Amino acid sequence: MNQKYIGIKNCSLPVDIGQIPLLSYEEFSGKVKELLKAEENHCLNYFTIEEAGDRYFYCLIACDSEKNIQVLSHKIRKEKASLVSLTPDCPSLHVFEREIFENTGVEFSGHPWLKPLRYPHDATSKTDMADYPFYSIDSEELHEVGVGPVHAGVIEPGHFRFICNGEKVLHLEIQLGYQHRGIEKLFVEKDSTLRRCILSESIAGDTSVGHALAFTQIIESLTGIQAGESLQIERCIALELERMAVHIGDTAALCGDVAYQLGQVVCEALRTLIINTTQLWCGNRFGKGLIRPGGSNYPMTDNVEDAVLKVLDQTEKRFGEISDLIFSLPSVMARFEDIGHVTEDQARSIGAVGMAARTCGISRDIRSSHPFQYYTKFPVAPVILDSGDVLARAKMRDLEFRESVRIVRDLINIRKKRNKESGKPVYDTVLKPGSLAVALVEGWRGEICHIALTDNKGRIVNYKIKDPSLHNWLALALAVRNQEISDFPVCNKSFNLSYCGNDL
Amino acid sequence: MFKGIKVIKSHGIQYVKNLRTQPVSPLFRGRPVIKSNISRDDIRMVSNLCPSGAIDPESGSIDIGRCVFCRECSFACPEKIVFTDDYRIAANTRNGLIIHPGNEEHLRLNEEIIRTEVRRMFKRSLKLRQVSAGGDNSCEMELNAAGNVNFDMGRYGIEFVASPRHADGIVITGPVSENMAEALQITWDAVPEPKIIILAGTDAISGGMFTDSPAVRRRFIDEHHIDLYVPGNPCHPLTFINGIMDLLGIK
Repeated sequence: MNQKYIGIKNCSLPVDIGQIPLLSYEEFSGKVKELLKAEENHCLNYFTIEEAGDRYFYCLIACDSEKNIQVLSHKIRKEKASLVSLTPDCPSLHVFEREIFENTGVEFSGHPWLKPLRYPHDATSKTDMADYPFYSIDSEELHEVGVGPVHAGVIEPGHFRFICNGEKVLHLEIQLGYQHRGIEKLFVEKDSTLRRCILSESIAGDTSVGHALAFTQIIESLTGIQAGESLQIERCIALELERMAVHIGDTAALCGDVAYQLGQVVCEALRTLIINTTQLWCGNRFGKGLIRPGGSNYPMTDNVEDAVLKVLDQTEKRFGEISDLIFSLPSVMARFEDIGHVTEDQARSIGAVGMAARTCGISRDIRSSHPFQYYTKFPVAPVILDSGDVLARAKMRDLEFRESVRIVRDLINIRKKRNKESGKPVYDTVLKPGSLAVALVEGWRGEICHIALTDNKGRIVNYKIKDPSLHNWLALALAVRNQEISDFPVCNKSFNLSYCGNDL
Repeated sequence: MFKGIKVIKSHGIQYVKNLRTQPVSPLFRGRPVIKSNISRDDIRMVSNLCPSGAIDPESGSIDIGRCVFCRECSFACPEKIVFTDDYRIAANTRNGLIIHPGNEEHLRLNEEIIRTEVRRMFKRSLKLRQVSAGGDNSCEMELNAAGNVNFDMGRYGIEFVASPRHADGIVITGPVSENMAEALQITWDAVPEPKIIILAGTDAISGGMFTDSPAVRRRFIDEHHIDLYVPGNPCHPLTFINGIMDLLGIK
């Protein structure tokens, strides 16, 4: 047996933890470096758990061309508190090594930026939010600007520290963690599928459907429950409606940031139409309550189907009109074009996912690379742009909205020919013991990854959540370099990353 | 220019004319009603089921300041528990959020305890500073929506401002994470007197699903007088605006 890792597919049955080959750290790091050199591979998560005096590390690397996920593992004695950092060779691992260091105290020698990630309540070294070691430059020419944690708008908290030369930003450092609620621990403690389900809808409330779907996939993987085709289609429709609503809302906010009021007002009203349709479907504008393991409390009725088709027609026409206008106005284009540039190399090295990657020419869309639910039978072509600026990220919303309209229409037509029985939710679940399950979902921001580990009694002992924002915050920091500081709001909005999804 | 005219024509009129009576979806999960004849066994069953511990195992009352509005109790016991589409569910006392079996009345604020200066000073203009303290961004988005072209609470002079120094009060969302506790206090201290506190969403009112989390510090909430509780997961813009209108005495 020369196998160095075990391969699984998204939404497949879980892996038996005992079957995962344990490597030495030398072998492990060599293999990780080798895999991450290839463009089609990227790291989904890298984390550690403690068991009987040993510390087990798991690294999950997705291969987009093979559509599979490789699980690599190594272990060290608990007291051995230092490893050689992989970040210098694989920069995209920087967040994971920081997370492990913060949570367990395992040091990564040679890590260039071993700073706190989110100041969790149970961090090994208790430091205060106020003590964050910001990067600084001694110079009489430069000045620092601190923004947050409480911002001017009605948004979540986070601190931004700029080092500026006059109006120009040389460096931005983003300090997060203010939103930390200890949600991963709660997933382990709340020993009930329903409770965890409600929690999953609150990981990031703007991505309720996306995160609830990832959790549902974990439960269905660990129980072997198969969702029927009709239910799978409903879930995809809910996910696309969420994408459409946020994309229009983001377009409104982008217009607001460049003082284009007509665009803002019209898009806000269009977003309302879509989220009110979600509310008609399930009673909640964010789709909370819609996604459940094994079935649905709100099967898509003919009435809902008609309402969805109607809102597609309305928003397609009206959003088409306003986005034509937005992208033809010199006053808007001057604020979008060539602003907040991220290169393809940068995006690759930080492991950018979702829109942040697709606007830099990287084809990374879980719907096509690791399909889940009905996307396994309904291929989706990712929308790719390559200019990497605010304009690309604004245009991406427009193009993906159009694509989602097409997808939802097609899915409704397919569903019409299917048995529309979606079944009732299943909360009374017996989970497969000694397993590692992984679920990937392409939410509107990008790749959502949930991982659960069960013990020999089938209890969840570790739950890892990754919102796409975890990777992409660094893309924002890179985007504002050498920009006017006044362009920061529009750059920030063009990414629209999650604070609570990062802070957990 | 013609493109702009076309857009305005398609946009038409979007504002909600009457914020008091605007219908929402029939499935909207608003004020729950528990039938007075609910059995002890049913109470015990739904109380065990409730993910956030909002149902009292003895009396069968539902605390909508703790309820996450998942409607699972109603699915389990459809004859005895119903969620109505009544979105006017804000209250100005914590007890006002507890709905007992047999209680089918609308929730209304306790007029007697509203401070006189609140109505005198803020009835025509209320500027608010929002603090998200562990909020999941759904409440924050609904608060933004309360000011948008549809709900337009600005018509009553109610709006969010950028600085606490320009504000008459704060609106808190989220269960108050430990890491935000100090920033929340600093923001509150920066608001000039007289000032009000509004809690928006279940997480802010009771901690919701995060009540037991060691990462949450709710001392600020426990130690301050709360002027308005706006339940919901997240709170609907209409719940928020109606609650404030009732607090300020706007008809």
